[in-house]
Amino acid sequence: MRARTKRLWGVGTAAILIAAAVALSAVALRQHADLFYTPGTIAEKGLPEAGKRVRVGGWVQEGSLVYGDAADMTFLIEDSSGETVEVSYTGIAPDLFREGEGVVATGRFDNTGDFTAESILAKHDENYEPRELKKAGQATS
Amino acid sequence: MIEAGHFAAFLALVFSGLQAGFGLAGDRARSGLFAKIAFTTMVFAFLTLVWAFARSDFSVELVASHSHTLKPFGYKIAGTWGNHEGSMALWCVVALGFAASAAWLMKSDRPAFEARTLGAQGLLSFGSLAYLLFASSPFTRLDPAPLQGQGLNPLLQDPALAIHPPMLYIGYVGYSFVFALAAAGLIEGRIDRQWATTARNWALAAFVPLTLGIALGSYWAYYELGWGGWWFWDPVENASLMPWLIGAALMHSIIVTEKRGSFSAWTALLAVLAFCFSMLGAFLVRSGVLTSVHAFAVDPLRGSLLLAGLLVFGGAALLLFALRAPKVSGGPSWTAASREGALMGNNLVLTVATATVMLGTLFPLLAEALGETISVGEPYFNLTFTPIMALALIALPVVQAWAWGRADLSSLWKWAAGFAGLVGLFWLAGIGPLDIPLLAGFGLALGVWLVFGAAQEIWRRAKTAARLPKMPLRVWGMTIAHAGLGIFVIGAVLQTSGRTQTTLALQEGESQPVAGWVVQLEDVSSIEGPNWYADRATLSVRKGSARSELQPQKRYYPAARMPTSETAIHKTGTGDLYVALGDGRRNREGETRWTFEIFHNPLIDLIYLGVALIALGGGLSMAGKRTRTSNRTGETA
Repeated sequence: MRARTKRLWGVGTAAILIAAAVALSAVALRQHADLFYTPGTIAEKGLPEAGKRVRVGGWVQEGSLVYGDAADMTFLIEDSSGETVEVSYTGIAPDLFREGEGVVATGRFDNTGDFTAESILAKHDENYEPRELKKAGQATS
Repeated sequence: MIEAGHFAAFLALVFSGLQAGFGLAGDRARSGLFAKIAFTTMVFAFLTLVWAFARSDFSVELVASHSHTLKPFGYKIAGTWGNHEGSMALWCVVALGFAASAAWLMKSDRPAFEARTLGAQGLLSFGSLAYLLFASSPFTRLDPAPLQGQGLNPLLQDPALAIHPPMLYIGYVGYSFVFALAAAGLIEGRIDRQWATTARNWALAAFVPLTLGIALGSYWAYYELGWGGWWFWDPVENASLMPWLIGAALMHSIIVTEKRGSFSAWTALLAVLAFCFSMLGAFLVRSGVLTSVHAFAVDPLRGSLLLAGLLVFGGAALLLFALRAPKVSGGPSWTAASREGALMGNNLVLTVATATVMLGTLFPLLAEALGETISVGEPYFNLTFTPIMALALIALPVVQAWAWGRADLSSLWKWAAGFAGLVGLFWLAGIGPLDIPLLAGFGLALGVWLVFGAAQEIWRRAKTAARLPKMPLRVWGMTIAHAGLGIFVIGAVLQTSGRTQTTLALQEGESQPVAGWVVQLEDVSSIEGPNWYADRATLSVRKGSARSELQPQKRYYPAARMPTSETAIHKTGTGDLYVALGDGRRNREGETRWTFEIFHNPLIDLIYLGVALIALGGGLSMAGKRTRTSNRTGETA
């Protein structure tokens, strides 16, 4: 009897903990898995929900990078579809962030469809590019 | 020279094969001998590589693609393992090193068990060497030899990162030896108290370097990447965290097996899993299947070979486990409220936490297979991993006082009141003078609770101050590690809740206030190093009478055609004022402004101090005298 009670205790606690962990993970993944878009997929499927964190990837269009008076800047992300998304970003850009190079911006669209990036990922050495960019196809420029 | 090394590596392959053969057949003496010979030949092979890097011998392909004559000498040496092939060679050296030291150190009355351990480790070494020689050979010549090398990835030209890979590998490969011990124990059907006494020390020998390796990697990311943070929940960071968590679970489970003879099957399973997660880590890092800031070497073929290795060794071990585990159970009975129950809870939390980390890390792969590209970042882990771990940390000080078998729960209410009081105190202080958010107040209370709990536990055992110095090293080790965990929690909470980030764009001579400091850009000048040139900004920072100068740089490495940021950090005594230099931007009026990212990181050193204490605690308990165990179950603790 005692061995059985012991086992019930153990299995019960484990089951509760695991169920809680599964529920937490499911909620967390639903809320916090960031979807990836390219300008082409946005043109095709419409804007992602405003205020939800997403990632937009492609290439920085040549000639589109404009610096503001402070540390703010705007640039266009383009992909092989020819569509573009305008990105506003305040902060220092990654070392290999340049016009014509690949970029993945994480941020949110607002109600009017403007995209503000929280962070920018560029390739971080000459041989490596963010994997998602394969999806965006070759740059057209 | 490199050909001699290549040949030696082949010899090492043959010798580790012999080590495996004789070992599995039960010949302790011959297996041990071949382990030592294999290690010696592999060390020689590795040294020929180091030699080629030291002399910048560009006729060796690996040197040509990863080194440069202008590189500082120390980084030429470290460049040996700063690439895929070289790091696999290091992996093999460490794998054989564990076997050789085991052959030398293991002296029990069970030669058959020791032989099988050496045999299993020999098989793992054989597999690693075969992978090294046939899928990622560092011994390839280039003809004609180029006049100059292509340079090391400049991000890796850094002292912390020169020792980070060896540390991490000692940890990963150390678990391969614990795995071998478990395989031998399962074959013999004897995962008992004596087995646990042996395995515990080897598990610590893996845990301590793994802890240090992760901390070094985190510290490097902090000051080198210029993002101001210390942990990014990046897949490769998670890849090292998972074996660490399982390793921590193993260390606690092994104690129960050692002291009581219980949990044997579970301990064996964790020993198998710790190595599987190490292999998974190597696979995630080396295959580039996940987007990561660390994904330097990307090669799908190598990735699939590593995955195959993981499946073969992991599968074989789990099969062995399934077949033999019923033979290895035992120990006296215990109730849920006992030290056994507490340690079971610890293990349950650590494995569930590992599972949530694994889910978050691998979910993007799963989604990709279903055609969806997603990424999982910090918010997911804050919502899953953190509360699950917090649960265990709240319980830790309470349950570590519980006795084996059945605990006295009469003082439970005092503990509950103590914790509630502590949280209340922080909340009151938080609402009042200190302005701390509720969640952060809870976290700080938890950190203090852990430090207090550690102190209370050693006091409970010593009873008088005079006996404190006489407490066994193992007890001190545990106390220091648990206190370190508390200090780490305090540091991490302060970081998460108190960190400020400001982006500035300054002209020369301009100043702005940041986090209570006045930051002024004095000038920006061009400087040159051995294999780089840089823009260097000079900033003066002032707060009252305190003054300091910070010089962040933006470097460019022509050989690698790559810029990097060199951050500048001012230790204020209560935290770090951390500056990263961005680019110079000319606006429409033709004025140049330099951009800076400035972080104020309160008491971030507590994070590293805490982790260092965890490693120190592990080291002390390894150094402590082994408890003598017989195979009868009796009270020793």
